[in-house]
Amino acid sequence: MFRVRIHGRGGQGVVTAAELLSLAAFQEGRHAQAFPSFGSERTGAPVVSFCRIDDHEIRTREPVAEPDALIVQDPTLLHQVDVFGGLRPEGYVLINSVRSFDELGLGQWAGGFQRERLLTVPASDLARTHTGAPRANAALLGGLAALTAVVSLESVCAAIRARFPGALAEGNALAAQACFAFVAEEIEALAHA
Amino acid sequence: MLEQLEGSRAVARTVALCRPEVIPAYPISPQTHIVEALSGMVKTGELAPCEFVNVESEFGAMSVAIGASATGARTYTATASQGLLFMAEALYNASGLGLPIVMTVANRAIGAPINIWNDHSDSMSQRDSGWIQLYVESNQEAVDTHVLAFRLAEELSLPVMVCMDGFILTHAYERIDLPSAGEVDGFLPPYEPRQVLDPAEPVTIGAMVGPEAFTEVKYLAHVKQMQALELIPELSAELAQALGREQHGLLRGYRLQDAETVVVALGSVLGTIEDSIDQLRERGIAIGAVGLKAFRPFPLEELRSALAGATRIVVIEKALALGIGGILAQNVRNAIATSSAQVSTVIAGLGGRPITTASLLGLFEDALGDRLAPLTFLDLNTELVERELARTRTQRRSGPHAENMLRDVGAIAAGPV
Repeated sequence: MFRVRIHGRGGQGVVTAAELLSLAAFQEGRHAQAFPSFGSERTGAPVVSFCRIDDHEIRTREPVAEPDALIVQDPTLLHQVDVFGGLRPEGYVLINSVRSFDELGLGQWAGGFQRERLLTVPASDLARTHTGAPRANAALLGGLAALTAVVSLESVCAAIRARFPGALAEGNALAAQACFAFVAEEIEALAHA
Repeated sequence: MLEQLEGSRAVARTVALCRPEVIPAYPISPQTHIVEALSGMVKTGELAPCEFVNVESEFGAMSVAIGASATGARTYTATASQGLLFMAEALYNASGLGLPIVMTVANRAIGAPINIWNDHSDSMSQRDSGWIQLYVESNQEAVDTHVLAFRLAEELSLPVMVCMDGFILTHAYERIDLPSAGEVDGFLPPYEPRQVLDPAEPVTIGAMVGPEAFTEVKYLAHVKQMQALELIPELSAELAQALGREQHGLLRGYRLQDAETVVVALGSVLGTIEDSIDQLRERGIAIGAVGLKAFRPFPLEELRSALAGATRIVVIEKALALGIGGILAQNVRNAIATSSAQVSTVIAGLGGRPITTASLLGLFEDALGDRLAPLTFLDLNTELVERELARTRTQRRSGPHAENMLRDVGAIAAGPV
């Protein structure tokens, strides 16, 4: 089973991101369960969502405490909420930021993990370029596809098109593609570093 | 057709396939998505003929449901938590009058303290209201059970509550096989009421009954509800045939073969329990589970035979009867009154506290080692409770528990004022 936890703030599409990821996995014939951290969240309040992906029926209903992958949609949460709690040593991390781990004050922390699996991406910029708004949820899923291969970019784009209407879908699909390309390039660069 | 759907959306689409003619509803989390989706379908004409009635309260919702059902309309509504409590008086009228209303309860805790998260306090508080109560484990079961509920309600002329865990199921996206319109129509014939308010043939429904026949009317209501114990398995078998997938009937055993320790529970926690049981079975431990679907009527005999081989029974329940402990456990004890099996009550998941595999494994280890108290609160923060108790011992005006404890856990930053 592959477990993903997504951190962000109310209004950033954190719950939609988990839904889209589950839809992408479903389209690949897999079982997927997406659900939000349940609460009376307001716009701007910290929000968490979860997605499990497996080849057979998923029965457990508990929140994901030990994720295989983390997406942090809002870097202002990094020092407010325990976003990295329970992350597996071989886990993946994707942070929406133009800064590096060192610049975010996470250089030392990152040492405990597989460095090539930890990336920051300018997902809000990519989303702004392609959709006109800095909502980075769909873009980051493109990045996750490149980082983990848990779902394909094609499935992410298909999920985006199934979920959003016309131009919004196309813009988000382009943002996801751009983020996929960015992450693929970063991984390549890290491999040759 | 297989789809990746939110639980609420899947239930709304299934209810629409059941062709309700009147839906009176008042929004309350976590059921709102269901009636929101249905109101949309009524507005677009996708669900027709159907009247969606916006009411001023849950009391109004159930009152309109009673009126609609008495005129012979197939009637549906949904609620949760305080909304269900606000309906309480009308709930007894719906069942006492024998009106086959179907209602989804998206299970949520009851305040005070105010809490919007999941547990079973709401529907458990109405367990003796005369409604049939069916609890579901997954969204697929929620979908199938709504189809079953309309048929069951209308055959018995009794109202049915389908209880699904709020948020945990209602807000979860998962793979769901929605029935087709043809499959539902094949299983659920048009509603043929036993009694109907019709100006062409005037009758009254709801007579005042004095001591001369009140007991008899209530006795019959009990007998009628007990008929569901036979009808639910029959209809479940028929539904399984119609939909081509297994239906649970009154209850479902999980790995009961040779199980000395058996866990009994209701609702979505069964998935996590089953995963935990698999881990213990791999270590050669003889443990299994029983998931109850029918809670009212309570399947005493079926549960007795499911628990026949058990020496240790662990009842996990998401509701607390203050002053005694478990509700489900009391009913389980009735089923095995003559057995020597030890029954432990475990109160878990109150107000949305996650029930984790780690906690369940620890709990089952305690049960296997005969270290489990008759009444246990899973993951209780004893230190927090002790601090508050100390405060009440030492200060006369110690203040409200909820605020004090939130301060202690750091959820509110302000100090005492």
